Amino acid sequence: MTAHAAPTLPAGFEDLQPFAEQWVLPDQRARYLARLDASMDDLQSFYDATMARIDDVLAYLEQYPVDELTDEGVNLLWLYCALCNASFPIEVWRQQRVPDSGAADWTALVLPAV
Amino acid sequence: MPHFPKPAEGSWTEHYGIDTKPVSYQDSISPEHYEQERDAIFRRTWLNLGRVEQLKRVGSYFTKEIAAAGASVVIVRSGPDEYRAFYNMCRHRGNKLVWQDYPGVEVSGVCRAFTCKYHGWQFGLEGDLQFVQQEEEFFDFDKADWPLRSVRLEVWEGWIFVNFDDDAAPLTDYLGTMLRKLEGYPFHEFSQVYKYRAEVGSNWKLFIDAFTEFYHAPILHGRQAVEEESRKLAGYGYEALWYEVDGPHNVVSSWGGMSPPKDESMVKPIERKLRAGLFGPWDSPDVVPELPSGLNPANHRAWGEDSFLFFPNFMILIWERQWILTYHYWPTSHNTHIFEGTAYFVPPKNARERLTQELSMVTFVEYALQDANTLEATQTMLETQAITEFPLCDQEILLRHLHTTARQYVAEYENTKAGAQ
Repeated sequence: MTAHAAPTLPAGFEDLQPFAEQWVLPDQRARYLARLDASMDDLQSFYDATMARIDDVLAYLEQYPVDELTDEGVNLLWLYCALCNASFPIEVWRQQRVPDSGAADWTALVLPAV
Repeated sequence: MPHFPKPAEGSWTEHYGIDTKPVSYQDSISPEHYEQERDAIFRRTWLNLGRVEQLKRVGSYFTKEIAAAGASVVIVRSGPDEYRAFYNMCRHRGNKLVWQDYPGVEVSGVCRAFTCKYHGWQFGLEGDLQFVQQEEEFFDFDKADWPLRSVRLEVWEGWIFVNFDDDAAPLTDYLGTMLRKLEGYPFHEFSQVYKYRAEVGSNWKLFIDAFTEFYHAPILHGRQAVEEESRKLAGYGYEALWYEVDGPHNVVSSWGGMSPPKDESMVKPIERKLRAGLFGPWDSPDVVPELPSGLNPANHRAWGEDSFLFFPNFMILIWERQWILTYHYWPTSHNTHIFEGTAYFVPPKNARERLTQELSMVTFVEYALQDANTLEATQTMLETQAITEFPLCDQEILLRHLHTTARQYVAEYENTKAGAQ
């Protein structure tokens, strides 16, 4: 743990708090890089914990227009955006990288603001 | 046994009078041919540079590097309903007019006038020269004689196009009948934008090839579905609902059975939860009361998506579930290009829908990475010329159409040039 406080999640999602520091990332590219850097064990625990709570999270997110989320709510959104990314190594690839993607890389030029 | 009907001739390729012989990819590995394409195609056809919504108010601008045309342009909203394009070049000594830090990097912003970093010459949004440092030092000088050099710009359905050929036919003539049948689609509703860029180690046409046939999809992207489903998809293969060619442009129309899937066990757990996947969000935002006649050309109830190629290097994919993807392929040499993929969604009603769109975009990036790297593998092998003739199937008709069209543009341009000499 670093000296910085990890981003806080909304009340009721305390069990996901241990994942906040690594996975609350407000940028799709950063979430992709975090996935490449994580071990498969890390990815599996993150996936298992977040998938176990996904119905509650969707019910929570459905209550708010994006620009009316609290800071904690935004953190929860970013955490689950990271799950979208982390789901590929777990559900499909069995490795962090897209197979056969070699030197291919991408950058994001425009992403929606929150 | 085909699942979807084909034309009476027995194949789409023969129906459109396109030859069925093996093809050569010489046009994708030759530096000389690429130089001819730059003159014959990229300096003479209408090129799309995005949408008017990118320019939110008067004075909003962006720059675009178009290496294939040997040009940098600046696009500006010069009035409430007026858009202009200029060569991004100062009239005084030729310095690049609009840029930050690195001259080759595209920029965007808002301004009242463009000021050259070199000697402070200033140009209005209409290109007019407004200020010259020490004007009295110049000889027989009238500012009115020295505006920015403009580039032709036309807007169709909110899409911005430029053309470097002052003699080219107007945009709507160029678009022809098939594409103009998209008029009336509410493109402006789709203002939630994701835009990605990748440098790809292949000829520009090879990536278009990859996106105008889906024959590859059950194989190259097989592992994206659950295992049993993946085997089934490979067993069916791929058949389009419809192909059409109109002048240099073309379309492939596809089924949409995976959005939503007939049986949710066909797709990955996260897709079941978020109700989204490669084919986008499963739930439609319902902003299209009636399809324009150009969509779903087969009038098929299983319709899911149409991919239109606006020759030479722009594609619009319109989905039955009401979202849009565009692809741009910007050549930088005979065997490299920059790929831009842009997704347009209706803004999410709530944070859950935002997450749904995110999964679609993450999935898009995963697929595009596989596609992009495969292209480099193809390009390097084509360049060895160990094999020079390749069979293409009926589901690859649009590849034949694209390459034939591009070669015709080159041949006609070379003929005209020879005739003029």
